[in-house]
Amino acid sequence: MSKNVLIMHFGSTLRVYSLMRHARSTRLLYAAPASFSHRASHTSSTSSHQTPQQLYPGHILTSPFQKALLTGISAFAAIRDPARDDMICAMGEASGSCALASIKKRMLANPDGQRILQERPIISKETVDLQYLSQLEEHTLGKAYFNFLNLNGFDPDSRRPVQFVDDPELAYIMLRYRQMHDITHTILDMKPNMLGEVAVKWYEAIQTGLPMCIAAAIGGPFRLGPKHRRIWSTQLFPWSIKNGFNSNFMLNLYVENHWETPIEELRARLGITTAPCNNVNSLNTKL
Amino acid sequence: MCRLSIPCASYSSDTKNINSSNIDHVAETDEYDKKRTHFGFQTVLEDEKVDKVYEVFKNVADKYDLMNDVMSAGIHRLWKDELIRHLAPHGGMKLLDMAGGTGDIAFRYLNYSNSTQSAGADYREVTVCDINEHMLKVGEQRAAQQGISRGINWLHANAECLPIEDNSYDAYTIAFGIRNCTHIEKVLSEAYRVLKPGGRFLCLEFSQVRNSLLRELYDQYSFQVIPVMGHVIAQDWHSYQYLVESIRKFPNQETFAQWILKAGFSEVTVTDMTLGAVALHSGFKLL
Repeated sequence: MSKNVLIMHFGSTLRVYSLMRHARSTRLLYAAPASFSHRASHTSSTSSHQTPQQLYPGHILTSPFQKALLTGISAFAAIRDPARDDMICAMGEASGSCALASIKKRMLANPDGQRILQERPIISKETVDLQYLSQLEEHTLGKAYFNFLNLNGFDPDSRRPVQFVDDPELAYIMLRYRQMHDITHTILDMKPNMLGEVAVKWYEAIQTGLPMCIAAAIGGPFRLGPKHRRIWSTQLFPWSIKNGFNSNFMLNLYVENHWETPIEELRARLGITTAPCNNVNSLNTKL
Repeated sequence: MCRLSIPCASYSSDTKNINSSNIDHVAETDEYDKKRTHFGFQTVLEDEKVDKVYEVFKNVADKYDLMNDVMSAGIHRLWKDELIRHLAPHGGMKLLDMAGGTGDIAFRYLNYSNSTQSAGADYREVTVCDINEHMLKVGEQRAAQQGISRGINWLHANAECLPIEDNSYDAYTIAFGIRNCTHIEKVLSEAYRVLKPGGRFLCLEFSQVRNSLLRELYDQYSFQVIPVMGHVIAQDWHSYQYLVESIRKFPNQETFAQWILKAGFSEVTVTDMTLGAVALHSGFKLL
């Protein structure tokens, strides 16, 4: 039987593999032109591309290019839609490796920080007894934290796991920073509204040096309404900066040992001052 | 709109017994007598693959069309237009669009008009078939949005085991779906079975870029950029990592043409598009 082979490419030539069959025989009459080579189904041209290995559960290994791309695109997505907390997390993780390394150094230089890195406490509903916190006295850190979660409908389990940090210890530090965010709100006595978030972000940016905090801190004030902007620029901004520079490093606070500590005493120990005008954005005030 | 559901019964009156032992896909038997296959670059049990692929498409269904536009800069629309141009639908034609989930091929098929034909005389029918009902649901929503109700059916079924009589359709298309199937040879033999004599098989799928330098650039783009975009847009890194890996596990143009020949098709042709990144395979079931 004859076979015809024509060559065609998109818009110009066609490659035809023609089969002329005998009756119901399944014998195939085809010979590939010598120039074609079969690609084995096991190997690929990208044999250097293997599924990346995980360093911890949920870890996604990324190249420097991917980290840069992810930083840029997730920042853009977060600005467009601030409710995209997954983008804020991705941006923080992809851009945070230097800052996390320097946070680790600061923690290793402090006895509590060292203990935190060794024991790796997690703040979650499993590890923190919210029932117990609710029964503490009003002026304690534990009760203030419970009030913060309760009044705002927050959940200590809601913090996303870390994915893009390529070191398990630095990934833990990132998670600890994320889980400490609500504690920071409590200690600074800042509501989780835009004004309070900006104040906390400036504090965190100065304390941690994380690029995500810095970006959010710089961008945040632009989203404030005129009334909040006035309060921010005249009162909260200078207060936030001063506390960021002067207070103890927040991530060295082993908060799990301080639920019963009176919050004012803790603030004094940490070097945190009360926000101006009687806690203008306090949880307990109506603005 | 009509729906049938799996499990499939034996609709074939003359089941073609294709010997797949010489088809070169990964099917090793482990000590427990279970076959393994690839899921991207991972090795999984064959039974697991269909579930894993199902989860991928369940997760990406809502953002599937947007991601296609982003990943290919809209070029996927040209590929699909070319497929329909090759098919050249005419009045009275019955098409089975396999793995047709969100309806891109079906809508183009129904809207296709040749300038020599009058619109009124041109009734065509398409059955959109997909193993994943989430993808079908998106397709139905899009059909409703576009006001398409006539001539389209939705079928929830497995391409390897179609609940369809022999010799039922004039044409069978599968666009960017066949590489996700566990037993491609079964998909091809089912396609052969349900086509009428004289019927046409058309498969649009990612293939091998011909030029090795461009292939390397394309691979870099695929592995570096696409999972990042998947994470930002579809909030699913792993599904897009799987999708780019699965392209590398699929045979090249010539090898796949051989598989189509082995399934019994004749006059098998391959058309490269976008420098070989995508290939359109065509075959006929002879009279």
